[in-house]
Amino acid sequence: MVIFAILAPLTVAGGLAAVMLRNTVHCALAVAVAFAGLALLFLQLNAQFAGFAQILVYVGAVAILVVFAILLTRSSETPATGVFSKTWLTGLVIAAAVFAVLAWAVLGSRTALPHEQIEPQIAVAQIGYALMGRYVLPLEIVAVLLTASMIGAVIVAMYEKGGAK
Amino acid sequence: MIPLSWYLLLSATLFCLGIVGFLVRRNLITIFMSIELMLNGVNLSFVTFAHQWHLVKGQIFVFFVMVVAAAEAAVGLAIIIAIFRARATLAVDRIDLMKL
Repeated sequence: MVIFAILAPLTVAGGLAAVMLRNTVHCALAVAVAFAGLALLFLQLNAQFAGFAQILVYVGAVAILVVFAILLTRSSETPATGVFSKTWLTGLVIAAAVFAVLAWAVLGSRTALPHEQIEPQIAVAQIGYALMGRYVLPLEIVAVLLTASMIGAVIVAMYEKGGAK
Repeated sequence: MIPLSWYLLLSATLFCLGIVGFLVRRNLITIFMSIELMLNGVNLSFVTFAHQWHLVKGQIFVFFVMVVAAAEAAVGLAIIIAIFRARATLAVDRIDLMKL
């Protein structure tokens, strides 16, 4: 209870700061805070695998990639024309509408199952067996996807000397 | 014990923060970060339900979402760098080559 009360505001504050701050580097740091808060929430929900994968993938890799992209594109300088688009009010209204629908759905639904369960918690070993058993084909497909996207990223971002752009 | 709906509301909040960032920001990289925030909000829902039902499926789905998000991050940031090289700007209202 106490942990959730600490982590939830931290995560929301990180997300809010990522959306609202003017400096892009500060946004990247704030979104890293939100990712870390989410990882801790996953750990609190007994999802060790998801929590540590979150730390490795998001806090470790994606945040660093974003900071690299910011520095490579000099977008940390705040533009004179402002960081928010001209139609920001429409965006806020749409987001508020989506939140209203989601909150209505969540609060309107019954609690699905009682908390008392006889079954044991999910162990990481079970996830490993499932990934190597029933979900082995999707695992192979995402492996191919990752390889293809890595090659594609290198080709897209590669600096071409002269020649056709 | 924290009710399930609190986690789901937190998930919805993060998703909507992502929508706000996606719709109101002008910088392409900030928009990209908002997409990541939305993906993470959905992941929180998956983990919450996996915890509630004691099922492996939820965490496996989170794993696949993360892998696809990582692939998207690599390709997306490469495209962002290529766009910056070609147009020297990342403001989405100035990258309007395909706009009629």
